[in-house]
Amino acid sequence: MVRASEHVGGYSLPFEQPVIELERQIAALERRPDAEEFADDLKNLQASRDSLLQKIYRNLTAWDIVRVARHPQRPQTSDYIEMMCRDFCELHGDRHFGDDPAIIAGLGRIGPYKVLIVGHQKGRTTQEKIACHFGCAHPEGYRKALKKMKLAEKFGLPVVTLIDTPGAYPGIKAEERGQAEAIAVNLREMSRLQTPIVCVVIGEGGSGGALGIGVGDRVAMLEYAWYSVISPEGCAAILWKEANPDSNSAAANALALTAKANLANGLVDHVISEPVGGAHRDPQAAAKSVQSWIVDRIRQLKRSKPETLVQRRYDKLRKIGAVAWQEPQSSASAAR
Amino acid sequence: MAQVPSRSWTDTPELAPKGKKAVPEGVWIRCPGCTAILFRKQVENNLWVCPECQHHFRVSGERRLQQLADPESFEPFNEQMAPVDPLRFVDLKPYTKRILDAQKRTGQNDGVQTGTAFIKGRKIILACMDFDFLGGSMGSVVGEKITQAILVAAERDLPVVIVSSSGGARMMESVFSLMQMAKTAAALARFDEQGGLFISVLTDPTTGGVTASFAMLGDVILAEPRALIGFAGPRVIEQTIRESLPEGFQRAEFLLDCGFIDRVVPRSELRSEISRIIDYAGK
Ligand SMILES: [Zn+2]
Repeated sequence: MVRASEHVGGYSLPFEQPVIELERQIAALERRPDAEEFADDLKNLQASRDSLLQKIYRNLTAWDIVRVARHPQRPQTSDYIEMMCRDFCELHGDRHFGDDPAIIAGLGRIGPYKVLIVGHQKGRTTQEKIACHFGCAHPEGYRKALKKMKLAEKFGLPVVTLIDTPGAYPGIKAEERGQAEAIAVNLREMSRLQTPIVCVVIGEGGSGGALGIGVGDRVAMLEYAWYSVISPEGCAAILWKEANPDSNSAAANALALTAKANLANGLVDHVISEPVGGAHRDPQAAAKSVQSWIVDRIRQLKRSKPETLVQRRYDKLRKIGAVAWQEPQSSASAAR
Repeated sequence: MAQVPSRSWTDTPELAPKGKKAVPEGVWIRCPGCTAILFRKQVENNLWVCPECQHHFRVSGERRLQQLADPESFEPFNEQMAPVDPLRFVDLKPYTKRILDAQKRTGQNDGVQTGTAFIKGRKIILACMDFDFLGGSMGSVVGEKITQAILVAAERDLPVVIVSSSGGARMMESVFSLMQMAKTAAALARFDEQGGLFISVLTDPTTGGVTASFAMLGDVILAEPRALIGFAGPRVIEQTIRESLPEGFQRAEFLLDCGFIDRVVPRSELRSEISRIIDYAGK
């Protein structure tokens, strides 16, 4: 069931305005005491709302997609765990410094598989958002993730990571405790972890903070997620000299950050379709799609020996990059 | 001091070089450390370190090679590897134009030189990043050359020394450059399993996606005095926390205090320190 805008926190995206208007009409009709007499009109209105929504979402720009990915009612890691996972057993702490709520980790069952799940958590209530630093993890978050992944490796459990972060937290404490080192170590260790790893970018894939739990055998993006080396605003502020709606939009395009673009560039393996109007309008349907992709990929990966998985994971990373060959200092135009 | 840039090309934006060259032009130069006016030749003979205050000037990859390797010992590989523009990236200027300008300015195809070299008679694989080339940013070429350097070191059982100087990942290659972080880290995992020795040398500045990948994965990590080293750039941190940063924050000495590097080594001692560690590792 597609949720109406008023059921998704009353928050609406600017490009959804025409839909909001139709929803207003639907709501007005539903409120009438003689609503039953207008059942056909209601059905028609709902159908045109759905098709309008479909049409709008088919034509979203890259910057629109960034805004969908940040929708406050978009399902988060904790929601996916609740919807996909049975018997979830959260595991806390990095055993060195603390427990970062910006990364959730735990054991659970997805479909027929016992897995370890790790994911960024942004938080829904103000209090939770502040505790999670809006999904920006500290070093202890990345270290917790790795600690639990090693546990999964030890007991032969596949690892599922859900990526949803604007970026790793930029702050004094984060630097003091070695943000760069924590991420670097995760990249190295995930590249050789002897158990299947499947990753899904469910919302924001912000740079190194996303990649810090994003090295895997299979990487998918939800249809309206983004994944980039820098946020469009960050990029616009630097390369366009200021972040404004125009430059943000231009940067979002240039960065090729959409699921479709990343798939076309061979940087992710799959795009998981979202329900009409985005995951926030039908979280259950979104969770179902994510779950079925995860289960399917784990089934494939479990057929291979851990050494084979690690070799293939390495081979895949090894190939990424686009280079040309030319004499240095040559005035020849840059290869394209 | 955090510099306020006009533009940059990396994921830690504020580190753009002010001029085109890391080292200032002219017969007389002013030391940014103590503001003394110095005779250029004298600074040059002192490995580009201020004789008054020991300020370490940023040096190009080319100069770095000359300073570190035994004379005439550097033999480059992959010199012809050059960047492409996989995303056809255009901001106020096309990426292809920025590449061409940087190539003309530096005489290099991209921001790192790799090859075999000797340090005090010991054979090594050496990589020197060049901050003059688009802020030393890591795109596909830098990632690939670093990766190949590590793999060659593994193949020939040689130590690898990487001298970093970079603002981080290169924005104009987006996820292509992001993935170089994972690629270089994965190559180091293999090298590690073979018992290879990786000495990471951090120079001013080393930030963003370079710090958060190979640079922080050294078996031994050395840093030059006062070098800025971090994940996020200081200005981004200031904007996030809305406070000014403590003196010395993210400098080499600060990282030493926090436990993230092994030694702070003045430039004049780098060669002997590196060769000593290689000796201890039995490589
Ligand atoms: Zn001085």
